[in-house]
Amino acid sequence: MIEISNLCKSFENNIIFSNLDLTVKEGETMVIIGRSGAGKSVLLKCIVGLMSPDAGSIKIRGEEVTTLEEKEYNKIRMDMGMVFQGGALFDSMNVEENVAFVLNEFMNLDPSIVRDKVRDSLLLVGLQDIEKMMPAELSGGMKKRVSLARVLCMEPKIIFYDEPTTGVDPITADAINNLIVDLSKKLNVTSIVVTHDMNSAYKVANSIAMFYHGQIIAQGTVDEIRHTKHPVIRQFISGDARGPITDGENLVFGHAE
Amino acid sequence: MSRLFIYSSTAIFNFVCNVGDMSILLGKTIYWVFMPPLKMQRILIQSKKVGPDSFMISALIAFFIGVIMSLQMAGQMTKLSAEIYIPSVVSVSLTRELAPVLTALIVAGRVGAGITAELGTMTVTEQVEALKAFAVNPIKYLVVPRFLALIVMLPVLAIFADIIGILGGFVICVNKLGLSPSLYFTMIIQSLTVKDIVTGLIKTFFFGGIIALVGCHQGLNVKAGAEGVGKATTASVVISFILIIMADCIFTTMFYFVFDV
Ligand SMILES: Nc1ncnc2c1ncn2[C@@H]1O[C@H](COP(=O)(O)OP(=O)(O)OP(=O)(O)O)[C@@H](O)[C@H]1O
Ligand SMILES: [Mg+2]
Repeated sequence: MIEISNLCKSFENNIIFSNLDLTVKEGETMVIIGRSGAGKSVLLKCIVGLMSPDAGSIKIRGEEVTTLEEKEYNKIRMDMGMVFQGGALFDSMNVEENVAFVLNEFMNLDPSIVRDKVRDSLLLVGLQDIEKMMPAELSGGMKKRVSLARVLCMEPKIIFYDEPTTGVDPITADAINNLIVDLSKKLNVTSIVVTHDMNSAYKVANSIAMFYHGQIIAQGTVDEIRHTKHPVIRQFISGDARGPITDGENLVFGHAE
Repeated sequence: MSRLFIYSSTAIFNFVCNVGDMSILLGKTIYWVFMPPLKMQRILIQSKKVGPDSFMISALIAFFIGVIMSLQMAGQMTKLSAEIYIPSVVSVSLTRELAPVLTALIVAGRVGAGITAELGTMTVTEQVEALKAFAVNPIKYLVVPRFLALIVMLPVLAIFADIIGILGGFVICVNKLGLSPSLYFTMIIQSLTVKDIVTGLIKTFFFGGIIALVGCHQGLNVKAGAEGVGKATTASVVISFILIIMADCIFTTMFYFVFDV
């Protein structure tokens, strides 16, 4: 479904990825883990075409998208939804207009049908009766869930989640995990989930990929990753301040002498 | 000395780059204006921000400009016993020059800065990227309505500024200089030609385009956070002011030498 090969991207002297390869199969939920600032969000933006990579290829359903015209890309984007890390709700619109954005923009639906769809999407993420509120009036976790509802409302075939469970309470986080699993099982949605939350990763993933120093250093099923011997991954999943990742790094606040 | 040289040449270079980028944005905007569908509602919302919401301030300033001009001229003209020409001078300079330019500068400060701040915030909070991710072109969605609103509403505001400025002159000429109301208007009708009004309005049409393009271009290119939005807003006002005055100079020269009006 999504094949990335030899992808390179850098911002001035800051190399984000060099020759990155990643393949996501149809209906699969791929979880990408990696340290903060590693470039996970940049990777998602490259796939959706919001940033252009310096080199390499990204194929979605076999179609090379890095060289695609905007118009052709938009046809593919109609089937893709992205839940932004910060929500990225349109702050001049209320929740209802945000969630219904794609419906209002591209489909001429009856207002009552739109309203029902909005309500259903919001219910899926555990929110109700907030249609008339403005994004500025919502909490961080609510924003993220509205952002998820906005994506669900367009019924995409591929969903990119940028840290869907950060900033929400554990109970809601678990509900979101269930939702991701449900979407993949019932609707055969292909997803890429970026997260730091290992519980969530274990729960939703068909496959976990570890992003480190600009490359995918390991990829495997939940069990493979959980029981890996790879020292870098071990340190990451156990959340240890000391280890190969932080060697030579001055994590002063992490050294309890 | 060399510092000054480097500083000023960078400033000029950046300015030229900005204008180049804006020309590209203009091309894209015109392309998207003609690509259906054009959502009327979005244009109306923006038009309201430009027109009715800026009306009071532009009317107030136009009124006082009319008052000030008449008073300034009163001294000189009375010496020559030529008060009777004050209405002509006031109305011609208002319609040809002052009303269009001052209205444009007010709107650049009020609306142009607002556009930059709004689009800039949308850019730094990933809302512009979200639009793209939902297959919506940000130029079509954000720039086109603002562009159309400004090129339509700025001439409208300028017409009102013409009228209100002339009324400002009326107050002084009639109350202080003892011209009769009917004489005031007769003098204006005699001296003011359609050309004066039309050349003024043609300018505002372009000024509107400048304000929209500068505002949107600065907003969409904000780089870093709240500070970036602040800088872009300042830059938006400065660049619009410079371009409006430059464009005014070019138009005036062109009208004078080429069209002889
Ligand atoms: N627009 C940009 N211009 C310049 N550098 C950028 C830009 N966007 C991201 N970066 C850089 O790319 C790197 C990766 O950023 P990214 O947001 O992808 O990290 P991340 O892995 O998503 O981290 P987190 O888990 O904290 O969200 C960072 O070092 C950042 O400085
Ligand atoms: Mg991120």
